[in-house]
Amino acid sequence: MIKENIIEISGLTKQYGQLTAVDHLTLSVQRGEIFGLLGPNGAGKTTTILMLLGLSEPTAGKIKVCGIDPAFQPFLVKEKVGYLPDEVGFYENLSGLDNLLYTAALNRIEASVAEERARHLLEQVGLTSKAHDKVQTYSRGMKQRLGLADILIKEPEVIILDEPTNGIDPEGVRELLALIKELNREKGMTVLLSSHHLYQVQQICDRVGLFVEGKLIAAGPIKELAFELFKNDPILLEVEVEPASAQLIAAIEANEHVTRVEQNRERLSIFCRQPVAAEIATTIVNHGARLFHLSQHDYGLDEIYHRYFEGGM
Amino acid sequence: MAAFLPEKISILFRRSPLTGEKASRAKHPFWVMVRKEVMDHINSWRFMILLGLMLLTTIASLYTAMSSLQRAIAEDTATSFVFLKLFTATDGSLPPFITFVSLLGPLIGIALGFDAINSERSRGTLSRLLAQPIPRDYIINAKFVASLLVITFMMIILGLLMMGMGILTTGIPPTPEEFWRVFFFLLVSIVYIGVWLNLAIMFSIKFKQAATSALSGLAVWLFFSLFFTMIVNIIVESTAPSHVADINELISYQGFVQNLLRISPSQLFSEATTTLLVPTIRTLGPITLEQASFAIAGPLPLGQSLLLVWPQLTCLAAAAFIIFGISYVLFMKQEVRSRS
Repeated sequence: MIKENIIEISGLTKQYGQLTAVDHLTLSVQRGEIFGLLGPNGAGKTTTILMLLGLSEPTAGKIKVCGIDPAFQPFLVKEKVGYLPDEVGFYENLSGLDNLLYTAALNRIEASVAEERARHLLEQVGLTSKAHDKVQTYSRGMKQRLGLADILIKEPEVIILDEPTNGIDPEGVRELLALIKELNREKGMTVLLSSHHLYQVQQICDRVGLFVEGKLIAAGPIKELAFELFKNDPILLEVEVEPASAQLIAAIEANEHVTRVEQNRERLSIFCRQPVAAEIATTIVNHGARLFHLSQHDYGLDEIYHRYFEGGM
Repeated sequence: MAAFLPEKISILFRRSPLTGEKASRAKHPFWVMVRKEVMDHINSWRFMILLGLMLLTTIASLYTAMSSLQRAIAEDTATSFVFLKLFTATDGSLPPFITFVSLLGPLIGIALGFDAINSERSRGTLSRLLAQPIPRDYIINAKFVASLLVITFMMIILGLLMMGMGILTTGIPPTPEEFWRVFFFLLVSIVYIGVWLNLAIMFSIKFKQAATSALSGLAVWLFFSLFFTMIVNIIVESTAPSHVADINELISYQGFVQNLLRISPSQLFSEATTTLLVPTIRTLGPITLEQASFAIAGPLPLGQSLLLVWPQLTCLAAAAFIIFGISYVLFMKQEVRSRS
């Protein structure tokens, strides 16, 4: 099935004086997917998001969100897109419910409808019991969940989350990500989220885009990205042996599927083309060494990320 | 005070008592914002303190006016504007009401505006607001309209209170002309405070820290109320024409000094309000003895008084608009980043 592109970015560039924050970015996000925008701080993720919402003007390039150009019709885009900024803030002296109702009123949602939706959303994000408490009593994680409810009250087609997991404890992150996934599944909502926490994003994203210094250096499903990057040695075996003698390493390297071996005391990292764990184990045992640990490793985003930064690929 | 707040706001947001049956159509977002801002103001400690301060001022100036009213009436047999004396008369121990307003008005303006934009920014609510389908200028416009509404209410309350207590204590009701003079006085006060409100809003856009913004506003206020006259005096002393200069030169020099003083909004305000509340003032510029020689000593009618202060009024309004314009441009051009 060919999916419709809900966000299309082509040749997008943003310059602040001499600094190029976003450099000829071309990217598309399909309707109904969760897309992760990954990159270190200052890579241009937030700038890109601001341009998607029409809050910042691109220096060059074209953007289409739901078929609308946000630079010219920011209103229409803001009606269809929910944006949860990094470190979202609320009116602390109002209750969570009133904050939601205020947002609803700004979106011209009729009062009775707004109230119904707000209550439903508060239930969905697990804040029903705190609905009438002032926001100043909320924890960071609760505010983030309220933020999610806040952007959902206008029933957007796309939600954009800027660093949604920042500063939340691991349990809070897990709940938030589960909630995002649920929304995506139930309502077919498109989600674009930016993060520098690779591991977290990995769990829920259908596709990711890697962002470094304003450039998109790779985009695709995480598995494909890993394969693309690690064509030569897609499999990594972690081995712990004693003694890790030079002869043993030489013998392992002699295996035709092994591309290289890195040693760190008793730990060996063996990069290979084929899953040859059994053969390696035999080799080790035959050399009279003691095998304490052997595991096969799939590449996660951390490795992908790491490679980009150290290898400059 | 804070306890009844959430419910109150909820009610306001949910149902509009004004629109009644037509409530099916959602309210315009701009008025939703104005309403919220007004609610924020009147439920804040800041507003309570300001109101308390102004109430004290009212009582104090009424007291000082009462104690000198007898003498003021005795001195001035030509006119019958006794009621207006309540606003201008003083026994010397405390300044009269108009001086109080001229002095404390800026404080009200600054207090209501100094954190208009930067507080939204530091709370992280600005970027959330901007992500809603509302034009960006609604934010600054709503802040301004809401604060000005609050100021208007405050001034009207104080003015009516002053009049009411005046009637009670003196037993003299105001004539229609006196009423209208007080009305215009209040109007000028609102415009005057509006100038300072806009200045404070401008600082709140310019400075990310609320404290910096408040301090800047207060600095400008102190500059105009304390140092400005001093500086003008220094200029006057160094540039004054010699004693042998002819009369035209002296008059034009006097005009120059006066115009210099009029750079200060409080000078404009006091000229305008004094003329409105003291109908016997016939001119604000220098006047020669021969020009005055055939004038009949008597009060000016309201229309003429208004005509006399029209330039002052226009200047005050213009100052308010110019400062608001600058704030508007600053705000529209500002890059939106969360909390930075």
